[in-house]
Amino acid sequence: MGNGTRLGRVRGLGSAHEGAGEWWKHKVSAGSNLLLVLWLIVSIALLPGYDYATVAGWIAQPLVAVPLILLVLSVTFHFRHGLQVVIEDYQHDETRFVLIVLLEYFTITVRVLAIFAILKIAFTSTGVAA
Amino acid sequence: MANVRNTARPLSPHLGIYKWGPHMAVSILHRATGSGMATVGTGLFVWWLVALAYGPDAYATFQDVFTLQNGQLNILGYIVGIGMSLSFFQHMASGVRHLFLDAGANFELRSNKRSALTTFAFSILATAIFWVVLLEKAHG
Repeated sequence: MGNGTRLGRVRGLGSAHEGAGEWWKHKVSAGSNLLLVLWLIVSIALLPGYDYATVAGWIAQPLVAVPLILLVLSVTFHFRHGLQVVIEDYQHDETRFVLIVLLEYFTITVRVLAIFAILKIAFTSTGVAA
Repeated sequence: MANVRNTARPLSPHLGIYKWGPHMAVSILHRATGSGMATVGTGLFVWWLVALAYGPDAYATFQDVFTLQNGQLNILGYIVGIGMSLSFFQHMASGVRHLFLDAGANFELRSNKRSALTTFAFSILATAIFWVVLLEKAHG
């Protein structure tokens, strides 16, 4: 340590002025991921069956569909940041730029596709809730 | 990009000269499990949801890939299922460990090594419990 001016160290932002914010949001999404993914896998383990009607009926409940959408938002945010860090650490030429752009498209596609599917199941499922 | 490495310059002491320990394994496993879940796990999750959104036929196609005729998981189902659940629990445990490291705690050699080994013990145990629950239910 011992780098930077006193004011700079108090602000704790570094030269780019935004790294700490990115880092913090990554930690916040880690916390929500932990809760939401644990909820998902425990719920899946406790489902009475894995046939179409049971699973679609389960997702169609408001208190399942909404946490699932929150999970999609939290997880996509978290992996978008995490994969960018991995790309930045290992790719040092033009591929870095290309991969980060592809990652951006991948993330947004996944996010919209997953949320649309959840909403479609929720609004069209006639199955009885499990 | 700007920082293409000048190959005439020496590399700083690198991975190759260090003796491997649990702290290094847990670090790279955090990346491997995170990257694996972000790609394979995300693909499976989206496929699962989209198949459900398309209806029973598409969902049956999804299920057929991972199950046998009698509805039990096939080899691929076990590899993917156990791989993803083990990845999740490992990433979760080392993620929690990272929260302590980020706060500046747990850098003493002994406790750092112990917490690294704890993440392995936790992920294996949690995965085993998860699958015992699943299989107990499937087989009555």
